[in-house]
Formats: sequence, C-alpha cells, structure tokens
Amino acid sequence: MTAASRPIKLACRNVWKVYGRRPDYYFDSRGYVIDPDALAERLRAEAHLPAVVDASFEVATGEIFVIMGLSGSGKSTLVRCLSRLVEPSAGEILLDGRNLLAASGKELIELRRHAMGMVFQNFGLLPHLTVLDNVAFPLKIQGKPAKEREARAREMIALVGLEGREASFPHQLSGGQQQRVGIARSLAVGPELWFLDEPFSALDPLIRKQMQDEFLRLQRMLKKTIIFITHDIAEAFRLADRLAIMRAGKIVQIGRPADIVLNPADDYVAQFTEDMPLLRVITAGDIATPANGAALPERSVAADTSLEALIPQLASGVGGFAVTGDGDNPPAVLNAGAVLAVLEREQARRKSS
Amino acid sequence: MTAPAAIAPSAQRFAIAPALVPWCGLGVLTALCLLLKTELPWLVNFPKEWTLPLASYINAVADVVVAVIQPGFRALSALLDAPMRGARLALAWLPWPAVMLAVAALALKSSGERLAIFALATLAYILLAGYWPQSMNTLALVLLAVPISTVLGFLLGVLGYARPRWRPVLNGALDLMQTVPAFAYLIPLLLLFGFGPVVGLIASAIYATPPMVRNTMLGLERVPAAISEAGLMSGCTRRQQFWQVEVPTALPQLLVGFNQTTMAALSMVIVAAIIGGFEDIGWEVLSSMRKAEFGQSILSGLVIALLAILIDRLTIGFAKAPDTGPTRAMRWMTPRRLALSLAIALALAVVIRLAAPDATLLPETGLREQMGAVNQWLLGLVRDYAWFFNGVRNAVLYCLLLPMRVGISGSATPAMWGFSLPPSALAVYVVLVLALAVLAARRLGWRAAVAILAAGLVLYTGFLDLPWPVFILAVALLAGQVGGSRLGLFAVAGFGLILVNGLWPQLVQSLYLCTLAVLLCLLVGGALGVWAAHSERVSRALKPICDALQTMPQFVFLIPALMFFKVGEFTALIAITLYAIVPPIRYVEHGLRHVRADVVEAVEQMGATPLQTLLQAKLPLALPVVMLGLNQTIMAALSMLAIAALVGTRDLGQAVYVALGKADAGMGLIAGLSIAFLAILADRLIQAAVARSAAASR
Repeated sequence: MTAASRPIKLACRNVWKVYGRRPDYYFDSRGYVIDPDALAERLRAEAHLPAVVDASFEVATGEIFVIMGLSGSGKSTLVRCLSRLVEPSAGEILLDGRNLLAASGKELIELRRHAMGMVFQNFGLLPHLTVLDNVAFPLKIQGKPAKEREARAREMIALVGLEGREASFPHQLSGGQQQRVGIARSLAVGPELWFLDEPFSALDPLIRKQMQDEFLRLQRMLKKTIIFITHDIAEAFRLADRLAIMRAGKIVQIGRPADIVLNPADDYVAQFTEDMPLLRVITAGDIATPANGAALPERSVAADTSLEALIPQLASGVGGFAVTGDGDNPPAVLNAGAVLAVLEREQARRKSS
Repeated sequence: MTAPAAIAPSAQRFAIAPALVPWCGLGVLTALCLLLKTELPWLVNFPKEWTLPLASYINAVADVVVAVIQPGFRALSALLDAPMRGARLALAWLPWPAVMLAVAALALKSSGERLAIFALATLAYILLAGYWPQSMNTLALVLLAVPISTVLGFLLGVLGYARPRWRPVLNGALDLMQTVPAFAYLIPLLLLFGFGPVVGLIASAIYATPPMVRNTMLGLERVPAAISEAGLMSGCTRRQQFWQVEVPTALPQLLVGFNQTTMAALSMVIVAAIIGGFEDIGWEVLSSMRKAEFGQSILSGLVIALLAILIDRLTIGFAKAPDTGPTRAMRWMTPRRLALSLAIALALAVVIRLAAPDATLLPETGLREQMGAVNQWLLGLVRDYAWFFNGVRNAVLYCLLLPMRVGISGSATPAMWGFSLPPSALAVYVVLVLALAVLAARRLGWRAAVAILAAGLVLYTGFLDLPWPVFILAVALLAGQVGGSRLGLFAVAGFGLILVNGLWPQLVQSLYLCTLAVLLCLLVGGALGVWAAHSERVSRALKPICDALQTMPQFVFLIPALMFFKVGEFTALIAITLYAIVPPIRYVEHGLRHVRADVVEAVEQMGATPLQTLLQAKLPLALPVVMLGLNQTIMAALSMLAIAALVGTRDLGQAVYVALGKADAGMGLIAGLSIAFLAILADRLIQAAVARSAAASR
C-alpha cells in the first residue's frame, strides 16, 4: 500500500471539542505546549466534557480511513468536527491544505455543496420526499435545473441498485434500502471527500455484510477519500486501509489493520483486537520481504490476499510466493516461515486469553 | 372545638423524616386556628375592610389607557370588520347545494367516503333543523379566526424555536392565554374594540393561538438530528434549511396544531356569543336555554356538536393518514379532482344565484319551529319524573355537596340530616381518622398519613370553614416540597392576591366544586378506564363517546344538565364532570394497556390474582400516565368553571361572569387571573410530582 506516496486530502491537527459552560477559556493559551492528558483531566474535574481530545491524523486521497471506538468515545463528534456540523473548540482541519475552520459560512456551504458528502446512521432521509427527490435534494439546493438533477439522481439510484423504487417514500423501504438512498444522495454531487457515520450500524447483520460488500464495490469504482465511523471491530478491519482507535475522546492508535493487531499500542487496544484472527487480518503484502534481486518463487499472490487463503497451498508443500500487485513497491517474497511465525503467534494469543 | 386539636399529628415516631417537621408545625397551627376561630373570626372569614381595591385601581388605569389607545384598536376593529363582513356575505350568498358539494369533496379527500357521508348528513340536518344561516355566521368567524391564529401561532412558534431563551416568557404567556377564561378578557376587548363580532374574533384568536405555537415548537424541535444534519451537509442555506428541511419534516405536527387551533377557535366563537347579537349558533343555544326551550336548545346544541366533530375529523384527516393507508375513495380524490369539484361547486353557486338572485333556498319551516310539542313533552317529562331527578339531586346534594361545603360540623344538624353531632359521635370520628392515619403511616409512609389527616380536617370543617392561613400554608408547603421553593412562593403570592381582593369565598367555592368534580371524574372515569383496559368491547364502545365528548364545545354540556336538574350547584357539577371525565378514561386505559408486559407476566407467574396484579403492579406502574390524565382533568374542570357560572354558581367563574355583566374590567381580570393561577399551580404541582417519581424510579 502506498498511502504515504499519495497527496494528503484531509489533515486534522490537535483538534479538541469540549462541551461545558465556557470551553474557550481553556484554549486561549496560544504558543504554549499543551499536555493533552493533563488538560483533559482538568476539564473533567471542572465540569466540562472533553468529547474529542487532541485528535491528529492525515488521510490520503483515495484512502478508506476508519475511526473506531465504543459508543461515547467521541468518534461521531470527531467526524462532525471534520465537516463542521460541530464547531471544534481548538485545532486545525486542513482540506487540500486549506484551513476549514477559517472558512466563512458562505464558503462552508459551497464546500458542502461540492466537496463533501455524508451518510448518517439513521439515514436522515426527508420523509416527505420520494426516493428520487431525496437523492436529487442536494442538487435542488444548488439550484440545478430539474432535468439535470433528475438525470443525475437516476444515475445514482442505478449505482446503488435501487432502480424501480424511485417513486417510493422512505417509510416504504427497508432499512438497507433506505441507507442505499442515503448513499446515493451523498454521492449525487460527486464529492471527493466522503463521510460515513456508522452507516450500517442500524441494519441487521446479514444486510450489513451485503452493504459492506456494496460499499467496497462502489469504492473500487469511485476512489473517494473516505472517513468511515464504526463501533464494529470486524467491520473496521474489513474495510479499513488504515484505522484509528478512539477511547474517551482520544485517539489511542493509528495504523494499518495488521500493524494494530501485531503491535497494539496498549492493553486496551490489545484487548479490543484480541478476537480478530491474525491470519485473516494480515495480508501477504504486510509480511512480505523485499526480494533484493533474488530469484522470485514460481507462485505469485496479490498483496491484499489474506494469509488464511494461503494456508491450503502451504499445506501442500509450497515454500514461498512472489507478492504482486503493489506497482510502486520493489518485488517482494513471502516465505512459508513468515506465515508460520504468524500462526505461532496466533496460537500463543489464544492460549493466553 | 377541642376535638380537632387531637388531629395535630402525634408524630414522634416518624420524626425521622425532615420534610415532616413543617407539617407537624402546621398541625399545631391548625389546632390553634380552630381553637381561636370563635374569638378571632378573621381566621376563617377574611374581613372586608382588609381588602385592597385593586380592581378599581385597574379600572382607573384602564380607563385612562383605553382612552388613549382606543382609536388605534377601533381602527383595527374597522379593518377586521371588512373581511368579516365579506366572509359572512360570501357564506350567506353560497347556496346550500354548493356548500354541500364542496364539503363532501373535501371530506372525501381528507378521510374517505364515511366522512363524506357524515358531512352530508350533518349539513342536511343543519338545513332541516333550520339553523343554516346561524351556522354559516359561526363558520364565517371560524374561517377568519383560524388563519389569524395559525399564522400568528406559527410565527410565535418559530420564534420560540429559534430563540430558546425567550421560551419561558412565551410559555408563561401561552399558559395565561389558555387558562384565563375568555369571559375575563371579553370586557377589555369590548372596551377596546367596541361592541360587535370583531370581539368574538379577537377572543377566539387569543384562545386558539397557543396550540399552534406549542405544536410548531414541538414539531421543529423533534426534527431528527440526522435529517437536519443531512440538510446542512447538502449545503442548505439557513432559509433553505428551514423551508425545505425543517418545516416539511415537522408538517404532520404542524397539522395537528392546525386541527387543535381550529377546534379551539370554534369553541371560543361559540362562547363569545355570550355578548350576543351576532345571530350565530352559540347565541341560539344560549337564548333557547334562557327561555327554557329545551327542544330548541337540544337541536341547536346538536348542530354545534355535529359541526365540531365534522371540522375535527376533516382537519385531522389532512394531518395524518389512517394506519391502514389511504382508502380507495381518498386515492380517487386526487388534488386535480378536488380542485375540479370545488370549481363545479362554485359554478353551481353562480348558476343558482343567477337563476334565483334573492331566494334563500332554505326549507320554509325548519324543525325548530315545530319544537313546541317537544318542549312541552320534555317539560312534562321532567315534571312527571321530578321525584326521580329531584331524588338524585337531593341525594348528591345532602350526601356529597353539603358535607364537603360546610363540613360535618356544619351539616350534621337536625335541620339538615335530622341529627346533631354529639361529642360522642365526634370522638368516634376523630378516633376513626386517627386510626386511618396511623394505618396509612404504617403501610404507606407519613405522606399518606398527612393526606388522610388533611382530608379528615376538611371533611370536618368543610371547605367554607377552613381557616385561610392554614390552607395557604398547607398548599405552599406542599408546592415547596414537591416543586421547589419558587413554586411555594408562587402559591403564596397567588393565594395572597386572591385573598386581598376579597375573592376568598369565591375561591373556596371554586375549590370545592372543582375538587368534587375531579374526584367524581377520577372515580367514574378511572373505573371506566380500568374496565376498558381489560375489555376490547368496552374500549371500542367508549372510544366514539370519548371522541365526541372531547370535540364538543363546553357550552353543549350545560344543556342536558340544565334540562333535568334546573339551575344550581348540582347542575354545574354535572356539567363540569361531563366535560372533564374523558382524560381519566383515556389515560387510565392507555396507562394500564401500556404497562411493561414483562413485569405483568412476572407478577402473574408469581400467582397474583387479577385484582392483585391490577392494584400492586399495573396501577403503580401506570401512575405517571394516570397523573397526566389527572392534570388534564383539573385543567378541563377549571376551564369549565367560567362556563358553568351560567347555571348559577358562587365561585370565581361567577365573579368573572358578574364582572362581565357590569363591565367591571378590573374585577373580571383579577377573577380570571385567579382561575388561571389555580390551573397553572395545579399543572406545575402535578408535573413536578411526576418528574420526581420518574427521577426516583430511575
């Protein structure tokens, strides 16, 4: 994965969101270095609620960045800070290098009309509008002519596979269908930045799985920059290019799924991820070593193949693979020994828990 | 007068509860007051010399103010007069076939063919009964008052939603607008706007605006966060967000507000007929009641009732679709067909008017002219069965009304019940009350004991002989302990105002009448509610009755009560009870039906009998809901108080009514505010109690 080599779409620097009587009071000390933990402690002691504590991360263009945490960990507040539905108390948010927090009301409306889309946990569909009108709503707000917005809305509805339901009202649709409408609406203006706030949490497990597949399919086509919020750890590991784990308003670890299961930052993260099977999370690309000019093995696998899928071949005596699919990286080799090492580690984890 | 001293709580054993201490002090004070009341009669009867002539001050100020601002209001009156004249003329011009066609088309669109048939039947009845012109005059007022109230209410609601800081002020104003009886502000309105139907219009606009305000605020506040965020993320400007996201989402609630506003306007237009002379349907009811023409008053009362039900169903039909989805008839009546029908109705009207420009087209002899025989028959019926009606009346009067009013001490005389109250009987009574109190203290805690002691005291002295310092302090203490010190102070201030204005006797009468009516409502309505909760058939039978009772304007309740029981307190009691009985039925049934099923199952599984399940699981769990019903009953009873004054009471409502007759704006306002104060105090007390029990159970 070459996230690092792509341009940064969205950067979040030391963002705080504090609820309480006078949150501004705590952030007027320009130039001082703040100890986030100490400040959060003090805020809590003084009847303030630090919902987001010193959040910093960068999201590269085309990346799926998942923010995961339990309910009340501040993840929904954080994503609302990123779209300025909630005004951050302190910090900087850079969209394509421009400070979003300095944008005027008018500029913000323009940004929301063209640069951002958002999907909500409870869908947020307008009850009085049909599916077609709901999807066309952002275009209507921009004052696009009726014909143009209808054509675009139909295109989006086809994209999410809801053809034939254009004239239905939201309450006539199932939860999964409603969220498809929500997705179509958020994509109607063709935003580059896509926020999804627990989009599948209100759905049944089976539907959730379908919607995740659908989401991955869409992303392969559209290549948006995505901030995806979830409390479902399986969902997070399944979808994420990189993920951030939040606890009590603070981001405790950011990394690729494999980094997080292999090197958890603390006991909390370790406990959190202990049920994630290593063989499924870790991909061939994660543990391949550069070939350094040596001869490549005959068999080759894609970098994003999970180790689990390689076990049958290893069992039949294959000693190594050439890892392909990562265009920019030098050729790499995956040895059976490395896979076995992961397997051993998984066994140790099982025993200790 | 030694016995009541024993009622003072002998409270050492429960002295642990700190909240009990002031009640013990109050007990001592009560004993003192009762002991001293022969020496210091002012403890019971607030002396006339001590009253402040606040009413005349208000009148003096009002005279000056009115003289200054009157021209402006008269101009406004003239301004409103034109559209009103127009509306009346238009409705009078419309021939009845056109009206029927238009209303039937609307009914078909709103709720389907059944309502359309009901609408046609209602209009046909009005036509045949001979009340068409009067009904159209009433409708003209409603048609003008509703848009005014709706627009005003919507604007105020939006203000309250957008500026949460102003909401306490707004809510206070709304409470006053809904609880001060209209009779009280009819006088200043008459002074300002001059005599005429415009006063009725303004009064109904005042009374009908609050529901729209409240529903607007509620609807806008309840727009789900996800929907408003979705609007913002679509890049809505503030205006787009409001008109294209928030208002459409809140529309069902706004339409509910519109329905309530319409009903309130209708009710008030009819009440405003009391100042008379607009040839509307309310005036018909009132004048036929005054002339004891009960046949006519039933006919015209029925017109009001049917109109009210029709307008209610018509507007609510637009607010919410039936649960089973629109019927075929509703789908058939597309907006285009509706517009076409209305156009046809108009064309029909024009054609009829061109053919017969001057004919009224109304049936020559209405039913009402032929009611003489019915009147005779009704009067005869009441006369022939006087033993029955008088028996009922006297039984309630002697067994319930008198003891509550003058107490056992006053009513147990040879003249009244044929026996006096010897010390031995008194001692038995005291012992009984004390025993009950001790029992209550053991089983239910000291609060129940204090309540029983208070009830025993009231039953002994009667409402009239209750020393006012004790009463004020008791209510203030209760308010303070339940709702906080501010509510306690509010109670003291309100009662103090009533006291210094010399309205204490009227207040006591009001309390006594309302308490009785509320108790009756709770007993009868509660029993019906319990029954309905356990029987589908009863529930289904009660529902249309409750619906009809709730949509009926207050006036209508006076007719049957007056017809059978003549003028008097008992008649007022019946009318108030009829008007206020629906909330307990509804809320008890709802509360019992929606008790958590798992709890009931657990209790039944333990082997509880149905009665035990009801008393020990269902009712306690349903209590918060039942309390809301109680709240509504009290509100309804207090609002009926002013109307019931028409059948002869001696309470605050009567004070308002008398002030109206004398054009005494000051006294009318003060008495009206007193009723509003009682309503607001009761409301806050019950809400605080519900909130406390909710907080305790969490």
